[in-house]
Amino acid sequence: MPNRASLFVTCIVDQLFPNVGISMASVLERIGWAVDFNPAQTCCGQPAFNSGYRQEARSVAVHFLDVFRDAEYIVVPSGSCTSMITHHFAELFASEPSRLEEVHSLEKRVWEFSRFLLEVAKVEDVGASFGGIATYHDSCHALRELKIKSGPRLLLSKVKGLELREMDIAEECCGFGGTFSVKFAEVSGGMARTKIQSIQKTGASVVVSIDSSCLMQLQGALHRAKLPVRTMHLAELLASR
Amino acid sequence: MAATHPEKIATTLADANLQLAIYAGTGRLIDHRKNAIAGDLLPDYQDLRTYANELKKHTIDNLDYYLEQVEANVAAHGGKVVFCNDGVEVADFILSLAKVRGAKLIVKSKSMTTEELDLNERLEHHHLEAVETDLGEYIIQLAGVKPYHIVAPALHMTRYDVADIFTEKLGIEREVVPEKQTMIARAVLRQKFLAADIGITGANFVVADSGAVVVVENEGNARLTSSAPKIHIAVAGIEKLIPRAQDLSVFLKLLGRSATGQPLTSYTSFLSGPRREGEVDGPEEFYLILIDNGRTKLLADPERRQSLYCIRCGACLNHCPVYRKIGGHSYPWVYSGPIGAIITPQFHGVAKDPWLPFASSLCGACAEVCPVKIDIPKLLLDLRADVTADKKAHGSSKLERFAFQTFAWVMRHPRVYALGGRLAAMFGPKGGEWLSTAPWFMNVAPVRGWLSQRDLPPPAAKSFRQLWKER
Amino acid sequence: MSREAILTRIRSALGRQAGQPPPPLPAIYLRPSRPNLAPFFACIERLNGKTLKAGSPAEAREYVAGLVKGKRAVASNSSVLRDCGITTLDEVTCAGTDKATLRALCAESDIGISSADYGLADTGTLVMLSSHQEPRMISLLPPVHIAIVPESRIIGNLDELLTILPTPADLSSSMVLITGPSRTGDIEQILVRGVHGPGELHVVVI
Repeated sequence: MPNRASLFVTCIVDQLFPNVGISMASVLERIGWAVDFNPAQTCCGQPAFNSGYRQEARSVAVHFLDVFRDAEYIVVPSGSCTSMITHHFAELFASEPSRLEEVHSLEKRVWEFSRFLLEVAKVEDVGASFGGIATYHDSCHALRELKIKSGPRLLLSKVKGLELREMDIAEECCGFGGTFSVKFAEVSGGMARTKIQSIQKTGASVVVSIDSSCLMQLQGALHRAKLPVRTMHLAELLASR
Repeated sequence: MAATHPEKIATTLADANLQLAIYAGTGRLIDHRKNAIAGDLLPDYQDLRTYANELKKHTIDNLDYYLEQVEANVAAHGGKVVFCNDGVEVADFILSLAKVRGAKLIVKSKSMTTEELDLNERLEHHHLEAVETDLGEYIIQLAGVKPYHIVAPALHMTRYDVADIFTEKLGIEREVVPEKQTMIARAVLRQKFLAADIGITGANFVVADSGAVVVVENEGNARLTSSAPKIHIAVAGIEKLIPRAQDLSVFLKLLGRSATGQPLTSYTSFLSGPRREGEVDGPEEFYLILIDNGRTKLLADPERRQSLYCIRCGACLNHCPVYRKIGGHSYPWVYSGPIGAIITPQFHGVAKDPWLPFASSLCGACAEVCPVKIDIPKLLLDLRADVTADKKAHGSSKLERFAFQTFAWVMRHPRVYALGGRLAAMFGPKGGEWLSTAPWFMNVAPVRGWLSQRDLPPPAAKSFRQLWKER
Repeated sequence: MSREAILTRIRSALGRQAGQPPPPLPAIYLRPSRPNLAPFFACIERLNGKTLKAGSPAEAREYVAGLVKGKRAVASNSSVLRDCGITTLDEVTCAGTDKATLRALCAESDIGISSADYGLADTGTLVMLSSHQEPRMISLLPPVHIAIVPESRIIGNLDELLTILPTPADLSSSMVLITGPSRTGDIEQILVRGVHGPGELHVVVI
């Protein structure tokens, strides 16, 4: 019996970047894990939480708790959504002791994808190969809330044929920020343009991240600037052979 | 909401020279800090932060005790502590003191607290000249604007801007060399120092066990301000207290490095009361004005209280990608950047500038560099919840609330959610190309906002859940 | 009146009673380092200060004589300066103890000469406590500051200083830490020295 990983693909991946979820599943299967997907899952509630709608976010979180009650390993292709669950769910149930206990149990079972590979599956080389130059974008919540910095780079370093080049401002925000990207569109767009200048300077043909939301922002800006750089989620790159 | 944030954001973004000045100026401060906290130079940097946070917590949690302690110790050294509720009371105190002492001219060294109180304007209103003596503050005072940055008040100005201001206000020939501009200011201000009756400084720290204020600077103007005139008045917020002189080392190590990358600034003055018996010079009178001006409103909630730990180093501004785009004058109050975004709504109420806590991508760079570990992103999130609660109470933003209620309902109903995704794919644009304009049925404000800056990914032909089912 | 109102607001927000003592403070965090002349000089020089290790009081006097030649200098009342013979140089006037006279003297002088109570090796910092020997203005008003420091007064760092002087306010109304010359970066962050205080700093260790 292989170990079993339960996917939480996130709403953004489900609706806009399904290939990221498929890639994540295939990488996990390749390293010998069984993968399941509970179609009752939807979203972590972060859009409501970050907009100040705590009650609405709480109700989505309750749904999440119900869907993943029995999952042992929940693997997520996003640092931001992982952090919402492991760092902010507890705030939503601060005055509900029994729910809070459920949340604390959940926190231990939720894994961002790259961290899951390294710390649970204990695999550094997933057998991927990809010819080209890539640069890695540190997504903010992964970097600063989950402290994920070297893991994705380690995984990328094992990809055959891939050269990894660092940006001068790899840790600077891409400017997405959820509703910030449309409420303060010009500011958000400016931040993206600053970031893509740094990407361009590396000479990389691919920007890699562990968050599809950042990549949507960056790809949108790259596309608008007609730059020949594409974005790939880490899972997509690791699925390449 | 988009309609209410200041036009200044748009004009700042549109000004290429200003964008360069902000980005380069903050960029240099980022580099200086990074070099100064490097592991080999300051191996216990993280321990210092942790300690500073604990000590500030202790002090704020017991603030009344330390205020009374500092009051007694200032008095023991022959000075006097004056508590003021707000700027009106501060101005009244200074005006009446000036009247009794026949004072006409005041020199000031850089103080965000007095900026917060609009002190210069209040004094000038009563015909008392108050001259800023920090070079950056002097320039912006001549220009008639508020500080652009907590530490670097004229960050946004070029030497050419300074040349224009000096020519216009001082009636001198145009001078564009910063060294020479500095010497012009030195000559003008030296005369002011020697003629001034009162010197007003801020205080980076107020030391309870010593009855002392600590003033950190590079130019020497704070030393002159506190030592040359007969009367020295220090103005500080009640939160600036630290319990012991021995606690200073931790804070000085953090402050200089976080602000400008200096292990110690050129001058750190530890001042306790007027000139003592036997000392040759120094002021004859010393007053420490401690102000509330809204601070006590932040004390009730133990989480929010941490906003008062701030030592005004400005690191969060330099590292904030939003500040680096919109600059200091887009913020509604003298405190800009992330720290401004959390204290302004708490001092003034969230209803005044409801957009402010939302002007952040929540990237967390501010909390990462904060020397006293204020959890700024968390406070921004809490304030966002306050804003929506306030709007609900006032019956505004109904559409937005309806949208999030709908969002939450859909997310609790996976079948509806899945159906919605399928419909979007069915009616959405085909061909898998990224969109640069919105089709008519997607022509709503958020999509327009997105497309104003970037292209939009098309809905996937099949969602993950469909692909998974077919797998 | 505002005093009571503010303290009352604070106590009610914090849930404290008047006079209620606080819980114990966190233990003092000080990490004193060892004195060392090399980094002391290196730090000062990095900040564009000049340094000299004088083998004898006469050497210090000679160095100062070279600097004050043809200029007006004011010296503090410190015995360190007297012992070096600096106060007998023709160009040097002694500070004396009259505040107004001293201030006029400092405002007109090209050079101010003082001692220092301590030197902090790790940061190249001079520690100056205001006293009858050392007025505040000598190291402040003239465009050049020369400090003569006995080697025995060089200590490790700020932490050591605060270990030796846990409450500086007991000794003086003013303790100033001087780390390099006066400087500003307020115009385009271009470094300019000597904006209000001395732009030139010489430190002589004897």
